[in-house]
Amino acid sequence: MAAVSPLLLSLVEEFVSGLQDSKAKEAAKGVKDGQFTMLQLVEALGVSLTSSQPHTRARGVQLLSEVLQENYAELTEREVEVLTAFYENRLKDHYVVTPSVLRGLQELTKCTTLPPGSAVSMLRSVFQDVHVQSLMLAERACIYNMLINLMETREAELKGLGADFVFGFVQSMDGERDPRNLLLAFQIAKNIVLQGYNLGKFTEELFEVTSCYYPIDFTPPPNDPHGITKEELILGLRAVLTGTPKFAEFLLPLLIEKLDSDVQSAKLDSLQTLAACMSQYESKDLAEFLEGLWASLRREVFQTSSEKMESAALAALAALTSCLSRSVLSSDSEDTLSTFLDLILRDCKHHLSEPDLKLVWPSAKLLQASCSASNRASYVITAAIMPSLIKQFNSRTQCSHRRTLLEVVQRFIQSVNTSQSSDIDESVFSEYRAALCSMVFSALSESNSSLQITAASVLNSLAQQTGLLLDSDIQLAVDHLTRLLLAEEDERVSSAVVDCAGALAEQHPAAFITKLIPRLKEELFSDTESFELRYHPAVHRRCLAALAAVSIQPSVVQESSPVLLDVLSSAHSDEGPSGPCSPLTKEEVLSAMVPVISTACSRLQPTLAGQTVLRVVSLFLDGDVSFLPDNAFPSHIQLLKQQQGMKASWSQSQLVCLLMACVCSLPRNVEVPQMERLLSQLEELSCSCSHLLSYSSAAKCFAGLINKRPQGESLDSSIQRTMQRVCSELDCPSSPVRTQVFTLMIWVAKALLLRYHPLFSILTDKLFSLLGDPDLGPMAAASFSLLMSDTEDILNRRCHANMRIMYRQRFFSENSAKLVQGFNAAPQEKKPNYLKALSNIITKLPKQVQVSELPALLSLLLEALTCPDQGVQLSTLSCLEPVLLNPPPVLIQQLEALISRLLALVCSPAMKIRITSIRCIHALSQFPVHEVLPFRARVLRALAQPLDDRKRLVRREAVQARGEWFLLGSPVGR
Amino acid sequence: MSGGVQLENANPVIFQRSVERLLTASEEDEDVHDPIDDREIFDLIRSINDPEHPLSLEELNVLEQVRVKVNDAESTVSVEFTPTIPHCSMATLIGLSIKVKLLRSLPDRFKIDVRITPGTHASEDAVNKQLADKERVAAALENSSLLEVVNQCLSTRRI
Repeated sequence: MAAVSPLLLSLVEEFVSGLQDSKAKEAAKGVKDGQFTMLQLVEALGVSLTSSQPHTRARGVQLLSEVLQENYAELTEREVEVLTAFYENRLKDHYVVTPSVLRGLQELTKCTTLPPGSAVSMLRSVFQDVHVQSLMLAERACIYNMLINLMETREAELKGLGADFVFGFVQSMDGERDPRNLLLAFQIAKNIVLQGYNLGKFTEELFEVTSCYYPIDFTPPPNDPHGITKEELILGLRAVLTGTPKFAEFLLPLLIEKLDSDVQSAKLDSLQTLAACMSQYESKDLAEFLEGLWASLRREVFQTSSEKMESAALAALAALTSCLSRSVLSSDSEDTLSTFLDLILRDCKHHLSEPDLKLVWPSAKLLQASCSASNRASYVITAAIMPSLIKQFNSRTQCSHRRTLLEVVQRFIQSVNTSQSSDIDESVFSEYRAALCSMVFSALSESNSSLQITAASVLNSLAQQTGLLLDSDIQLAVDHLTRLLLAEEDERVSSAVVDCAGALAEQHPAAFITKLIPRLKEELFSDTESFELRYHPAVHRRCLAALAAVSIQPSVVQESSPVLLDVLSSAHSDEGPSGPCSPLTKEEVLSAMVPVISTACSRLQPTLAGQTVLRVVSLFLDGDVSFLPDNAFPSHIQLLKQQQGMKASWSQSQLVCLLMACVCSLPRNVEVPQMERLLSQLEELSCSCSHLLSYSSAAKCFAGLINKRPQGESLDSSIQRTMQRVCSELDCPSSPVRTQVFTLMIWVAKALLLRYHPLFSILTDKLFSLLGDPDLGPMAAASFSLLMSDTEDILNRRCHANMRIMYRQRFFSENSAKLVQGFNAAPQEKKPNYLKALSNIITKLPKQVQVSELPALLSLLLEALTCPDQGVQLSTLSCLEPVLLNPPPVLIQQLEALISRLLALVCSPAMKIRITSIRCIHALSQFPVHEVLPFRARVLRALAQPLDDRKRLVRREAVQARGEWFLLGSPVGR
Repeated sequence: MSGGVQLENANPVIFQRSVERLLTASEEDEDVHDPIDDREIFDLIRSINDPEHPLSLEELNVLEQVRVKVNDAESTVSVEFTPTIPHCSMATLIGLSIKVKLLRSLPDRFKIDVRITPGTHASEDAVNKQLADKERVAAALENSSLLEVVNQCLSTRRI
């Protein structure tokens, strides 16, 4: 045996007598690095461990434990055995030694080399010699952690202890009060319950010692560093209580008792716990409590105080029913499921025959919840109630009654939908198919619109039941839908009918192909003789809407798209009042075609895409019309050139939007031919044309191409060329095309911003300088909204645009300082533009960025509220409003300034400002109560005036805001 | 609403809610003065919660638009409400809630008269007298637990 090194001896000496805590680290490091062994350490400690002074002994053990903490992994089995025996023995020592002993034992439980039998002897000693609850918090945690470690690695050995283990644990945790330790104790209890430890005769003790915390009521202290939430404790405890059916006889009475209490949170917790334990229980555990549980659940739904409680009760009922349905029946036991369902039916069924009374819905919901639980339950329930519902529907005459009944039926159908598994072919409702169909069709034939709407959605639910409806039913349904579509004027009915047709067509396309589409086609092309008599734009619109809605399955689309194309071409040939007039000259028609072409082009295969773009570009650049069938264009038509002197020249130039739709949505790897020539013609058109759709589409097309063009010389040079032209036009205040040039600039800026192109900064600088421009200033301010938002037609992901993530944040962080600077330097009359630009940027920013950036901008916004310009006030208010709904702390510090500025605006001459400022004040009522309560009286006084406002909309806002402020400080308010 | 407490009228008849008021062009026009009309007053009070049920007074037919009268020029409002059953013990509380809601939502100039629809409640006169007595209403609102119940009725339902 090597001699103990003097270094070690001095370390021990300094730690034990010198009370230098840092020496423990050094000793641990020494052992770890192999400078000395564990054995040497123990030898060096010899004197301190046998000292007659308990404090010296405690210090000695503490050093040993701390060294163990770093080195437990390297111990041999023999070492562990010796150390365990030593520590077990030390548990009998003076109480000041105990904490260090426990820490040492905790380290030993982590050893993989723990010899067999040690775990058991360790626990026996702990349970025997230590009274856990008289220890300090950290030592109690030590014991819980020991248990957790041992349960993980030595499960079999601990189970060998039998019920003694459970008893020992029960004694240890009895009376635990600290939430941190409770989380550990709940974890141990959960393991005991779930891993099947023998509870022996201590089942009730284990239940008592944990359930005494139920329901958990815990509010973490402010600034709690441990971050333990009430939710964690609730879930921890719930896992224990619901873990085993052995607790059923204790838990269920407890839950019933808490359900009957007055405390809302306890009720809710009980309902959730009840639902949770059902996955473990069997019907024999529940049998004797069914009456009590049902009474409580029924009460929660019949006399519910909130939706949350109601849905929790319904979920619990569904879980309970499915638990009962799951149990296997033995020949001598009674069928608990049918007993329970009888109970439910006894209390609920009769309410369904009073469709105008309040309890109709709670009863229906209870029945539906149990119906949704299992297939068997749904058979029992539907057999009991469907005949009576159907009979009532047929005998009642009042529309409101019939509608309620129909809605109840629908809910039943839907509840069964969720429960049925796909392997059951037969629908629960097969027996009632004929009756249900006749109900729906009779309701569809009524004149009451709400009845019709309900019937349409019932039909929809029926169709979702696989295999329920027969072909003949579908045929009849399509007839009814078609009739309503053509004849019904009420917009709500027809939109319900269109929805229903869409849903039905997805399941049963055949009937729609053979019946609906031909009928609609006939209607759309009814002969021109009676055109004046029969032509109803509304009917037309409904027909088209229905065609669009049913075109979900490919087979339907094949039938419906020829009809739609026919409609288009017939519109083409219709004679307008002033000679032939193509719909293609109408802006709205062109704008509707853009997304169609764009969607189609964005999904083309590469070769087809290449062909398409070749043809389209040569059509627009060279007037090559050869690929268009039946066209009446003159050859060499010049679509991108302005015909001078021709009045209607824009009717051709606006077609550039179709060019845009095609070339801007192609995948990025498709090369656009004649790029340079195309770009220069587009630039020319966008800078010279005076027709809005033409020049803006040309600018967008230009931008879309620039965005996708590969990085390099040619890109940079074409951007710079365009920039020069743009800047020179913009710098000349008398230029007639400044608006057009500005539009081009904004779109190019957007294209470059998205791809992080370095030349973008030149454009931003230009844009900022334009905020001070007398003509273009407001437009420049508005354009920030375009820069910050996603556009629908081009430059988005669908069009394969070159987009980098977080371009908004990047733009904001690079430019907000410039904006603030510009605002401060600008003369009074120009400030509004800067504020509008700012609010346009802020409202589009993601919430997190808004909250983090707001502090810097808040003083600016507050100043803006006092600015006399109404436009500024309004844009600032609308910028503030969303922020107020989720206020950052910095806003709360400025509450005084904010409130007084807002109150000053509630009597503004502009209605919109009054409305928005009152809305902001309304939002303030949701701030932390202690912050806003001091302002209550002042706000209430100030809001008295807008109560008598001349505009009703203002009064309405004022009433709502004042109502909320009145409730402030009373518990129901919040 | 807990324990074994039974409600006086556990299963009342339910009525349909009226649709939201449609926005007209003149309401959006800055220059037009919109007078306060019956519907506006009805909208103020129809969503008050019943003290017992999770339903609004409109759904229980306690309030109907035809029983709400306002005269903007003379600054008077009169509301009649109908308890669901003739012995309803909540009648005073419901009346008080309506009155408080109107006091909070209307300008000072209005004289507010809330009463029970004639012939629909056993102690109609007594309740009407209490509701008409300014001092008693003020005193009732000094009572913090009563104010709490009233606020409960006036709070917007959170789901």
